[in-house]
Amino acid sequence: MTTTDATATTVTTQVYRVYIKTSAQAIWDAITKPEWTARYGYTGYVDYDLRPGGAYLVRASEEFRAGAEARGNELPEVIIEGEVLEADPPHRLVTTFHMLMDPQIASEGTTRITHEIKELDGGYCSLTLTHELDGAPTLALIVGGALESEGAGGGHAWVLSDLKSLLETGTTLAG
Amino acid sequence: MTDEDRVFKALADPTRRFLLDRLFARDGRTLTELESELEMSRFGVMKHLKVLEDASLVVTRRSGREKLHFLNPVPIRLIHDRWIDKYTERRVSALVELKAELEAEA
Repeated sequence: MTTTDATATTVTTQVYRVYIKTSAQAIWDAITKPEWTARYGYTGYVDYDLRPGGAYLVRASEEFRAGAEARGNELPEVIIEGEVLEADPPHRLVTTFHMLMDPQIASEGTTRITHEIKELDGGYCSLTLTHELDGAPTLALIVGGALESEGAGGGHAWVLSDLKSLLETGTTLAG
Repeated sequence: MTDEDRVFKALADPTRRFLLDRLFARDGRTLTELESELEMSRFGVMKHLKVLEDASLVVTRRSGREKLHFLNPVPIRLIHDRWIDKYTERRVSALVELKAELEAEA
């Protein structure tokens, strides 16, 4: 790989890390179980078939759907579609990620998300989320939080902040 | 020192804020790239990057033989979410916009 190629690749990758005072299993559950994902961030219901080649789907919560419709966006039944590439509970999850919320974003390429959970001293875990966003510039803006003032939410940083709040205090930022 | 202390300490230095701004403009840079933008020894830049890493404002990732530095916005988001509630946020963003407008005119 030439230097130019490396640069082109890395510009489209986003990396996020948060430290959470809880167990690796609790973080894993909060990412992979719908009863948890409905409670923080964008509040979708995830549906993972946790084996390589298994399906990964996200359906909008009632709350999220109502918010989108109030802004004039009709949502499809499934808003995110992907495939599980690796699942090593409770430490590593790699999936593809294709946002279907609107036709323009859906026309962008399929991206890839890696979640890594590591146990640390003092009862803490680190959660690192790496999103490889080649060919998906609009999605990169959304997950990077750049469109928050337009109502697109704060992206991964916001979601992880909310997740930390939920796991450490039992409540989210919205209350 | 708490996580928050580390973040405030890391941000309390113009060189480190400059490094974060460079990563915001383009993420995933090597030490050599970052060093080329500063009038500072390689060792000096490494020391600043270490402080940013300890505060988790920078996360590194290996790509082949290279170590790439990524801006991690989560600690700043946590401070934002902790200190700026919904009401003050509206007031703050109005003031931020006013400042930007006035400075653009000047």
